[in-house]
Amino acid sequence: MVRLGILPAMAILLALVVGALVMIASSPLVRGSLDLGLPLTAYGALLSGSFGSVDAIINTLVQATPLILAGLAVGIGFKAGLFNIGAQGQFLMGGLAAAAVGVATAGLPPIAAIPLALLAGVAAGFAYGFIPGFLKAFTGAHEVVTTIMLNYVAIQIIAYVVSGPLRGENVSFARTETITSAALPVLAGRNGHIGIAFALVAVPIIAWLLFRSTLGFEIRTVGANPEAARYAGMRPRLLTILTMAISGLLAGLAGATVILGTVGHIPAAYATGVGFDAIAVALLGRSHPVGILFAGLLFGAMRAGSGLMQIQAGIPVQMVNVLQAVILFFLTAELIVRYLFRVRAESAEISELKTITSSYGTGQAVK
Amino acid sequence: MTDASSSPRTSDATPERPPLLEMRGITKRYPGVVANDDISLDVRPGEIHALLGENGAGKSTLMNILYGLAVPDEGEILLNGTPIEIDGPNDAIRRGISMVHQHFMLVPVLTVAENILLGDEPMANPIFLDRGAAHARIRELSSFFGFEVDPDAKVESLSVGWQQRVEILKALYRQADILVLDEPTAVLTPQETREIFTVLRRLTSELGTSIIFISHKLYEVLDIADRITVIRRGRVVGQRVPAETDEDDLAELMVGREVQLTVDRGESHPADVALRVEGLHVRDDRGREVVHDVGFEVRAGEIVGIAGVAGNGQDELVEALLGLRPVAGGTVTLNGAHITGASPRELHRRGIGFVPADRHRYGLVLSFPLTDNLSLNDYYHAPFARGLVRNEAEIRSYAERLVGEYDVRTPSVTVDAQTLSGGNQQKLVVAREFDGDLTLLVLDQPTRGLDVGSIEFIHRQAIAKRDAGVAVLRVSAELDEVLELSDRIGVMYRGRLVQVLDARATDREEVGLLMATGGRDTEPPIEAPTAVS
Repeated sequence: MVRLGILPAMAILLALVVGALVMIASSPLVRGSLDLGLPLTAYGALLSGSFGSVDAIINTLVQATPLILAGLAVGIGFKAGLFNIGAQGQFLMGGLAAAAVGVATAGLPPIAAIPLALLAGVAAGFAYGFIPGFLKAFTGAHEVVTTIMLNYVAIQIIAYVVSGPLRGENVSFARTETITSAALPVLAGRNGHIGIAFALVAVPIIAWLLFRSTLGFEIRTVGANPEAARYAGMRPRLLTILTMAISGLLAGLAGATVILGTVGHIPAAYATGVGFDAIAVALLGRSHPVGILFAGLLFGAMRAGSGLMQIQAGIPVQMVNVLQAVILFFLTAELIVRYLFRVRAESAEISELKTITSSYGTGQAVK
Repeated sequence: MTDASSSPRTSDATPERPPLLEMRGITKRYPGVVANDDISLDVRPGEIHALLGENGAGKSTLMNILYGLAVPDEGEILLNGTPIEIDGPNDAIRRGISMVHQHFMLVPVLTVAENILLGDEPMANPIFLDRGAAHARIRELSSFFGFEVDPDAKVESLSVGWQQRVEILKALYRQADILVLDEPTAVLTPQETREIFTVLRRLTSELGTSIIFISHKLYEVLDIADRITVIRRGRVVGQRVPAETDEDDLAELMVGREVQLTVDRGESHPADVALRVEGLHVRDDRGREVVHDVGFEVRAGEIVGIAGVAGNGQDELVEALLGLRPVAGGTVTLNGAHITGASPRELHRRGIGFVPADRHRYGLVLSFPLTDNLSLNDYYHAPFARGLVRNEAEIRSYAERLVGEYDVRTPSVTVDAQTLSGGNQQKLVVAREFDGDLTLLVLDQPTRGLDVGSIEFIHRQAIAKRDAGVAVLRVSAELDEVLELSDRIGVMYRGRLVQVLDARATDREEVGLLMATGGRDTEPPIEAPTAVS
């Protein structure tokens, strides 16, 4: 466990250093003169904006919730040797289904409306993950290609459905009606909705599934060595489909949580990158549920604190994207990190990268 | 130790000529092991110098150093008397050192010519290849060695024997002075081996090429080498000239103790038919039928070997028997019950154990601990799981029992399988597949790449199972493997089981000829009484 964390921790550290250099270099533009202290100011603001107060912490948790859920979605895929780039599409479809049911159940009491809307989101994500899983298992279509395409399909479906049949009556731009009864109740602070609990509960559940259940053993075996899994009597095809569907389910839950808990409606042109950020979260968390929890919290904290950073240090919120990208860069370019820190080879390589780089275009159906 | 200069076999390798290549005092340490410990080796012009040693003895490390893939911690390499530093394979090739790897480094979809040219393309102008000149040179080279290879043939369409020739041509095309052959005969029939040996002898006598021949097959080394250097645990333990040594001597040097080269297999007592295969047809991934109308029986208490050059349908036959590949026709019964097309899990439940040829690919999950690997077939049922919930304590105690019983050397059952040596990894697979009530045991080259000690162990286990009344089916592309233990031997050729022979009434030559030709040009061999084919 600790071994797994060494490379990610170093990647984060290096990213903060690179971020600091970028800030110093840009300080003449931001501050008018070279300011060596700017990174400290900025990182200080980022920290107090994410953990400095109860409200800040709640905001961090709210930001982290979809990242953790979608991160688990991508992570469980990695465990089975699948690279689910489609978390984004599954997230969107989950959000759309939750919004549709959320609007339709406006007349029901929350106790009925909320579960129905959540269920819709989860089911939509499940189905939307099932499709690439099925295609991979029976035709050999690589999930990277199919899920990327399905991401675009999801965007277009939302654009059509929300600007057409689901468009709200008295709205200024194309979006659904505001979700009322199915909106997730806020338990703490201004926006601390109950969805946070879903993420915190999903972590141990997925951890149990992966490491303590026979299904998780099968998923991990198929991911580590599909041929050996087949020889041992497991069914890689079925497991590929099931894993993609479970992955979609988690991403769909993430989408439903955001729409029902934070946004309150879904716009026709819904701009979000949660599904893609989730890939970075899963990589940083080494596909381990606990790692994903921490990685999600880190990315959530950066999102939550970026506003204060912009106000106090004059560093634009986009700096967070730079940091995120640099973390990812150092994670994937692990040789650089190993060299810089003289890390010995035993400190657990990033096996997920093998999944990412392997099997493109082999055109082989799962046996 | 024999003085190497006493009786050279060929006139080219006279001691008066200075060595072409010298490796002096090579030492290479890896964390926890000394792979090469002060190894010295010299190769004379036109000499075939055999490097003999068990797996893990340090042969590959030494050759990697020679090929520039590893840097020695101590020692030096001299080429024509001048110390050199070899900076990677390209540098080695430039200096006239070429290596033919055990696993061929050919691109299957490219043609023979394209493979040979790869990395050293003759250019007609800065943009286009000079195909004409390249083809002419390839034809010239191949006809010189008495074989014609079509430069436009796709490598994937060639037999392994021919692929081996292409590898050698590739080295010659680059004008190698020193050719390193890493276990070149591992996949060849005796006939193909003889042909390759003829090529090698012409190379040394007519072109003066020096050859380093890596092998663990004693009789081959005795046949082809001018000198033999034996390595054990990273050290040179002796040097011999074939005329003054024999297999027993070499084996003892190689292993460090007296070894029994042949296992005492005792009498078999075949009982009722356990596995019956009738009229089996199987297709490969591309839908071509690669197993035609195969039928045979394996009785309880006997070992039946299936021999065949790789790619003659035996892989597909095994996969079909194990439920890993659909059966296109025919029936398979186990103790009278139909198991045609049953799933791997169902077959395992009925008492079929299977040791695959490639343990890394099929037998183990290397990144998993021993516990998970040992329960890989049975993880889903009691006592290892109830419903979805795994019982870690049971899995662990089971693993501890097997590790003890099968003498797997490991610090604990929680370490990953990849940390074990090859022999111990194979013992892991054997432990899992041999344990429990077995009806049929399928062994696919179960001792490939293992040291003599592990081979002895696995052979003893297999014989113990046989004597306990298990039917054993042993498949191999390596002739020696099949011959070792089998009571009867079936030969696969182009998807057909051409003969089933009584192992005691046949020999290497007969089986090898059948493997290579399907027996078209021979008198009918003795038919075993129980053969169904």
